[in-house]
Amino acid sequence: MRVRLPLLIVVVWALTALCAHWLPLAPNRIQLEHILDPPGLHAVLGYDDLGRDIGARLAVGARTSFLVSLWVVGLSLLFGTLLGTATAYHGGWWDRVAVQVVDIFLAFPGILLAIALAGLLGPGLDNVVIALTTVGWVGYARLARAQVLSLKHREHVQAAEALGSRRWRIMRRHLLPLMAAPLIVEATFGVAAVVVAEAGLSFLGLGVQPPAASWGAMIRDGTRYLLVAPHMVLAPGMAMLAVVLAVNLLGDRLRDRLDIRLTNDTGLRE
Amino acid sequence: MLSYLIQRLFGACLVIFGVVSIVFLLIHLVPGDPVDTMLGESASGADRAALRTALGLDQPVAAQYLDYLGGLLQLDLGRSIHQRQPVLDLLLERLPATGLLALATLCVTVLLALPLGIVAAIRRNTVWDSAAMSFSLLGVSIPNFWLGPLLILVFALWLGWFPVSGQGGPAAVVLPALTLGTGLIAVLSRMVRSSMLEVLHEDYLRTARAKGMPPARVILHHALRNALLPVITLLGLQLGALLAGAVITETVFSWPGIGLLMIESIQSRDYPVVQACVLLISVCYVVVNLLTDLAYAWVDPRIRLGAHA
Repeated sequence: MRVRLPLLIVVVWALTALCAHWLPLAPNRIQLEHILDPPGLHAVLGYDDLGRDIGARLAVGARTSFLVSLWVVGLSLLFGTLLGTATAYHGGWWDRVAVQVVDIFLAFPGILLAIALAGLLGPGLDNVVIALTTVGWVGYARLARAQVLSLKHREHVQAAEALGSRRWRIMRRHLLPLMAAPLIVEATFGVAAVVVAEAGLSFLGLGVQPPAASWGAMIRDGTRYLLVAPHMVLAPGMAMLAVVLAVNLLGDRLRDRLDIRLTNDTGLRE
Repeated sequence: MLSYLIQRLFGACLVIFGVVSIVFLLIHLVPGDPVDTMLGESASGADRAALRTALGLDQPVAAQYLDYLGGLLQLDLGRSIHQRQPVLDLLLERLPATGLLALATLCVTVLLALPLGIVAAIRRNTVWDSAAMSFSLLGVSIPNFWLGPLLILVFALWLGWFPVSGQGGPAAVVLPALTLGTGLIAVLSRMVRSSMLEVLHEDYLRTARAKGMPPARVILHHALRNALLPVITLLGLQLGALLAGAVITETVFSWPGIGLLMIESIQSRDYPVVQACVLLISVCYVVVNLLTDLAYAWVDPRIRLGAHA
């Protein structure tokens, strides 16, 4: 029961994101007679300051946040794991340099570096992905390193080494399968963090460009009409909070199921 | 202790050097010509050349880097392109507002997180406990940029208790501080709870109770004091992260601090100011973390004396 509701929310989020293109939505259609209309029969969630259907924009915003979090978490997981695993397994000088680089990236608090990068690169979704990945890979690299350090002296790895397996093969066949569980749990929490981070960047005007929709940009537009049209802020915020809570709860369940203790999160969390 | 101190100081210096280097590289990582982005496409050739010389962009990257490092050592952060004054002056002008916000957030956090955690620990597994912990789960998940507008909506617009934004009087700091502090309150109250739960079963508490000490005094004097060490560490470690959150919170409330300055500079493409803001916040973060670690080591004899063993 406690898994079903979060799972439902995440599935609805993913399906909306994947199908938003084919749904009969008009997120950019301006209807001047409906400007700032509260929720009603025509539009379940009301209209925004340009008379656009908030429900439709919410669906397109779901697509933005879903795609960004998929890309960012995917790329961060790939780079972070590869780097952390390779340097930790190699050890010595490489490992020391990698640890120092990770420490330097961790010295930037929260999403500060992502804000600066996104600001300097200019608005646009690909720049958001670049900025968040630059900040996000560090957590996975550190986790992968810790895992490799605890695994590399195990007997099965030593046996593989003694049999003359190549490094690459040992990492792929003997280390990565055992590291997968904690990395997957970390990536689940990472999705929630990226959803918030993307919305945060869009809120600051550093994310999607105006006609496109993002939950963060919708909240920013809504703050100007708080008194007359609070639904403009409430709808996207509720959607985001629901997704973030659901993903975090699923992550908790997954962690309990896989029996993992994580030391820290990816650093993207606010 | 001394070798631990030297080791930590050296590590921190290395990290700060890395941070400075990345901040320097930021402007060079931007694809295309930073001068074009800053001036727009309509600028004349002479203007471009002038800005390029002013920023030192006509020199080789290595020379620029040495220049930048040399400037930093003399606290010279360059000149703002739009405001036409030293970046350092701009930062100093905005620093008090951010400092006030951080201080207020700290007060709000301690005032709310301690009682919340203590009540949850004493009334463990009751409605109080689960209410406090649900609040804390919600607090971690709710982002600043949504909580801020919500608080404005309820407490400023509907109830009219606090001003909407800006710096009009002491009441104006309450909503920004609450917004910035909620995440920290959530994390800290959990820490207080678990830390109190560990202490509550100690023998010395039973002794204190047995000799007839009032329950409130037992909790505040004997339990809380011993439970506070990990809480203070967490507070120190999170304090630096608070500064990053301030960027968004200050934007929500138009609070004229370093964070708002950074966003304004990003919008006006004033790159030297953006660099300086990132540098200031990150270095503060590193220094606060270092001080927390050192304070912890100084208080905890296991680390203080462990260095000798």
